[in-house]
Amino acid sequence: MTHPALTQLSEEERFFRDSVLDFAKKRVAPRAHAMDEAGAMDKDLIPPLFELGLMGVEVPEEHGGAGASFFNAILAVEALAVVDPSVSVLVDVQNTLVANAFLRWATDDQKSRYLPRLCRDWVGSYALSEAGSGSDAFALAARAEKRGDRYILNGRKLWITNAAESSLFLVFANVDPSKGYKGITAFAVERDFPGFSVGKKENKLGIRASSTCELILEDCEVREDNVVGEVGKGYKIAIETLNEGRIGIGAQMLGLAEGALDQAMRYIGERKQFGQSIASFQGVQFQYARVAMEIEAARLMVYNAARLKDAGQPFLKEAAMAKLFASEVAERAASQCLELFGGVGFTKEYPAEKLYRDAKIGKIYEGTSNMQLSTIAKLLQAEYGIKG
Amino acid sequence: MKILVALKRVADPDNANKVKIPPSGDRIDTAGLEWKPNPFDEYALEAALRLTEDGKAPKARAGEVVVVTFGPKETEQTLRAALATGADRAIRVDVTDDKLDGALVARALKALVEREKPDVVLMGKQAVDGDSNQVGQSLAELLDWPMATFAATIQEEQGALLVGREVDGGVAVLRVRLPAVVTVDLRIVAPTSVYSLKTARTHKYNDGVRFAALPAIMASKKKPLAEVKLADLTADSGLKVQYHGFEPPPARKAGIKVKDVADLVARLKNEAKVL
Repeated sequence: MTHPALTQLSEEERFFRDSVLDFAKKRVAPRAHAMDEAGAMDKDLIPPLFELGLMGVEVPEEHGGAGASFFNAILAVEALAVVDPSVSVLVDVQNTLVANAFLRWATDDQKSRYLPRLCRDWVGSYALSEAGSGSDAFALAARAEKRGDRYILNGRKLWITNAAESSLFLVFANVDPSKGYKGITAFAVERDFPGFSVGKKENKLGIRASSTCELILEDCEVREDNVVGEVGKGYKIAIETLNEGRIGIGAQMLGLAEGALDQAMRYIGERKQFGQSIASFQGVQFQYARVAMEIEAARLMVYNAARLKDAGQPFLKEAAMAKLFASEVAERAASQCLELFGGVGFTKEYPAEKLYRDAKIGKIYEGTSNMQLSTIAKLLQAEYGIKG
Repeated sequence: MKILVALKRVADPDNANKVKIPPSGDRIDTAGLEWKPNPFDEYALEAALRLTEDGKAPKARAGEVVVVTFGPKETEQTLRAALATGADRAIRVDVTDDKLDGALVARALKALVEREKPDVVLMGKQAVDGDSNQVGQSLAELLDWPMATFAATIQEEQGALLVGREVDGGVAVLRVRLPAVVTVDLRIVAPTSVYSLKTARTHKYNDGVRFAALPAIMASKKKPLAEVKLADLTADSGLKVQYHGFEPPPARKAGIKVKDVADLVARLKNEAKVL
């Protein structure tokens, strides 16, 4: 039996990818520059993301989703990032973190209450980080105290993607700090729950249209039956959800790199110096050939990790590697492509500088590059039985 | 309303430079070409979907949209894409392009129309490969149905369509009683071009054809796609158009610089012969 190539898409995968790319080029591209300048998502873009089924890719049909594969979600994240990595991450967080966590850990009641909304009109956020807990996620200080049939949440969450648009937040808080990370619990928090508010929005270098805000929990009341997963098992949800999340960020960075190369190739094919197109100079050829090679390698890593996940195979190491590598490729590709544009690449008249700024986040969020290396190393140590 | 939409697969017009003609010049070499639905036929499908829905709730179809294409097995991709966009059912007439001309397609479509009994047959004004612009007109003649070509707007009425056709100097509006054949032009997919009886006149569509949504793509696998033999539709498979040779358009020559106005005028007069 011969295996199909990783990059060989099924008919439905190809339709879907083409449809998302078509949407991105026609509807997102004309707004990307203005959204970047304004530092805000165009509200008109969000309803069509739901209509196209991009906000509940893996959610089964009975809950209002498309019932498609994780790989399809990855294709959507990639295709959107070709045009705008900000819109891409909105879709990414919704699928690979929020819907993913609900699908895996929520009760049937929670699924029937929240999944249809997530597929229809509710953007979701994943709220783990705090000012004092970034890479050291389990040091989080947000508290949850049981009072009768509800929990009272207090604390602040930071760097929460999509927060300005979100209606639903998966908030991690500790019910018993004396138990350390084993007190961490996940809560489904609706935007209009008493005591919940969205705070300051960050003014960022890149992916400026994607909102990143602080969340403020001041005696925020959450029903007991809104605990997602078991009390004290939030750490497990946090860790395991982020495994899929990394593949998503890998896909976002892959799409970004593809977008940068595509823009650059069109430009250098037309731009003439010394009487010939820039693209025909050997020194330039070797530059874009290397970018293309790196993109291909990143694509294989991202697709492989996603296909492993769909096949129910272990994918942790592959996911960490794909995210780490794709974010490095994106940064190099965006930088190189900006240079290929020459002076105009440095201006906001062309999209190269935006992608260069957008690329930087890839090495930082959903686990810094150092954390990915640490994960990979730990898995290798386990394989070889090395302690410490 | 039941609508039959004829779709043709064509070589991607954005990659026209990939079209190769072998030295024999007896055909176009289709190897390596990328295929796409004929854009005007995609517009016809969009018009059909708009005519069979309330623009506010486009997921529910009022009536039926059946798509048909003529082609080999691979053209089922074109049909699947149409099903994913919203068509209910697809038919592929099994035949290859070299065995077809406009008149034969029209004869076969006539038989298909008699089977399917649609209220409207919609198609692009022409396919962007051969640019023959014949099938719609021939079909209407064979069926003896009313016809409106180059539709830029369509408004559904009881038992009729009000069709706006862009002509030199304005828009000609004609009312065709159903059943009818309508061929569409590019402006049919503008935001206010097509209104079913259900769609409020204040409704504005997005410009262009709709995008296939993921749930519909997943569901399209389960929609019926039937194969029909050309011979089952028409006994007469003779071609009226015969191709005698193909050659690529001549390569464009480099321009020249003229010395002065006198030189320019002389060249326009003697070489270009436009003065």
